[in-house]
Amino acid sequence: MFYEQITEWQQKLPESTWASFSGADVERVLARESLRPQDLAVLLSPAALSYLEPMAKKAQALTIRHFGRTIGLFTPLYLANFCSNSCLYCSFHTGNKIVRCKLSIAQVIKEGEAISSTGLQHLLLLTGESRTHSGPAYMEECVHALRPMFASLGLEVYPLATEEYRRLFEAGIDSVTLFQETYNEVTYAQVHPAGPKRDYHYRLEAPERACASGISSVNIGALLGLSDWRQDAFYSALHADYLQKTYPGVEVAISVPRLRPYAGSFQPSADPVTDAILVQIILAYRLFLPRAGITLSTRESPQMRENLLSLGITRLSAGSLTSVGGYSETDNVGSAQFEIADERSVPDVVAMIRAQGYLPSFCDWVNMRAKDAVGL
Amino acid sequence: MNAIIQSVNPSDDSLLLGGVNLRSRLFVGTGKFSSHEIVPLVLEASGSQVVTMALRRVDWKNPQENILNYLPPNTILLPNTSGARTAEEAVRIAHLAQAAGCGNWVKIEIVQDQRYLLPDNWETLKATEQLANEGFVVLPYMSPDLGAARRLQDAGAAAIMPLGSPIGSNRGLQTKELIRILIEEISLPIIVDAGIGRPSEAAEAMEMGAAAVLVNTAIATAGDPVFMAQAFHLAVVAGRLGYLAGPGERRITAEASSPLTGFLQEG
Repeated sequence: MFYEQITEWQQKLPESTWASFSGADVERVLARESLRPQDLAVLLSPAALSYLEPMAKKAQALTIRHFGRTIGLFTPLYLANFCSNSCLYCSFHTGNKIVRCKLSIAQVIKEGEAISSTGLQHLLLLTGESRTHSGPAYMEECVHALRPMFASLGLEVYPLATEEYRRLFEAGIDSVTLFQETYNEVTYAQVHPAGPKRDYHYRLEAPERACASGISSVNIGALLGLSDWRQDAFYSALHADYLQKTYPGVEVAISVPRLRPYAGSFQPSADPVTDAILVQIILAYRLFLPRAGITLSTRESPQMRENLLSLGITRLSAGSLTSVGGYSETDNVGSAQFEIADERSVPDVVAMIRAQGYLPSFCDWVNMRAKDAVGL
Repeated sequence: MNAIIQSVNPSDDSLLLGGVNLRSRLFVGTGKFSSHEIVPLVLEASGSQVVTMALRRVDWKNPQENILNYLPPNTILLPNTSGARTAEEAVRIAHLAQAAGCGNWVKIEIVQDQRYLLPDNWETLKATEQLANEGFVVLPYMSPDLGAARRLQDAGAAAIMPLGSPIGSNRGLQTKELIRILIEEISLPIIVDAGIGRPSEAAEAMEMGAAAVLVNTAIATAGDPVFMAQAFHLAVVAGRLGYLAGPGERRITAEASSPLTGFLQEG
């Protein structure tokens, strides 16, 4: 289990280690062809901040070699925002007085049609954590309704049991996205004071359960800025490496979400993730995990997304709305999970990608299992 | 021009594959380019007649994004089963490709290892057997292994496509000795696929006796993909001519052009 690696590395990498790395260490790591976890630590250390340019050159070359000049596009679809958790940083927090709702299957189809008309074919389905309002059976119904419209369906919901993942995989889910939020157990307990999400271990092991269920792709990550970003970036990448090695048939991707303004008053005490640090994290991820997808959401501003595009990013969300029922503008619009910073339309994001010398990819998957998958 | 060169006139040197006589021995891929618009220019410069594309990346819903709309009409499509992890999935992709009008050629690509993208020869054999029985022209991408290649041959493969090194790695012919054995022992065309990073490596594969090479990443990610496509075209032609001409034996020491015992032949 990955938790054993966390405890092992906590011993090997005490807080004082980060400052002990020098520029010479960074140069040695940059000369290596494949990196070990100790090399990843060097790239996340303060010393590496002076080496962002050579790191960027290497990261760009690696990304182009493995992924080409192609950026995959997807968009999220929020199915429901009922939630029994109390995450201090999230607008869906059970105590927050927001408009709660859940899409009917007819509304799900309407939302799917509105998204599909933009040309997007990779869809990520999201819900709050509520087994009453948005349980696996409801998700399965939504998957059946949406499957014929999209090339790929992903799921970003609360952690499920292996058997539940397996059922959703059989129904037509291709990928599972699940962020640990923070790998620091103390912070994790502080920011998740109530609700099922309090269980750190059940969440930590969820990507592995998804892999074991047969799913083709998993996307993990930490909510950067919630706790010490160095630790969270280190363990996120180590987690991705662990999943790649344990489940070689599964495509593993990693996201780089930064904490965004939301409806609530919690402010983290950890150091903020500045633009330079976000760049450092993305570059370290790419150099340590040359074949992992790196996903960037509309949490980042248009300018930042343009600048980050050529540094190792392989997937971008586009035309995103984080409110329930927002795409088809039904009268059933629930409150949004967080503010998005890039509100551009799909054609505008496509034009931006082309202007950067990259090919926007709407379709990079064929579902081969679900009975109602896309026919050609 | 001497008699040997005249006897290997390249215009007579076509590759018979799937019932088609191919003039070009360079197959190219369509992935990783920065735009679809550059693909027809690359194809023209490469002289390629066979073009592979991942069915998973063909965007049927958006004509402007559909790579098939950028290929010249006489191109032979070689859809590949990228994304398949089992024989069953590869067979399903091949059926989808055929149903979509991509013809009956298929490159089997079954990968259960996402770190190195190395092919699974066992699943590849199963898919080859089924699709060849159904009448597909099957080109299996495989790890160079003589036993597996013999089984693929028996299963009805049209050619064998061993990797030179992992896909997209540009590491060249790391498996050279194993490919050499396949060229010697297997009667089917051996098409070196994956890993060729430079024109000189394509020439080397052709000089060894490979029937053709498939190149994608090295062209798509070059500074100027069109120039690089032309360079590969020339390298493949040069390597093939070198093979046909029969290169001289390699020696460690110098050999006098006028043999010392030449006088024995005189008079």
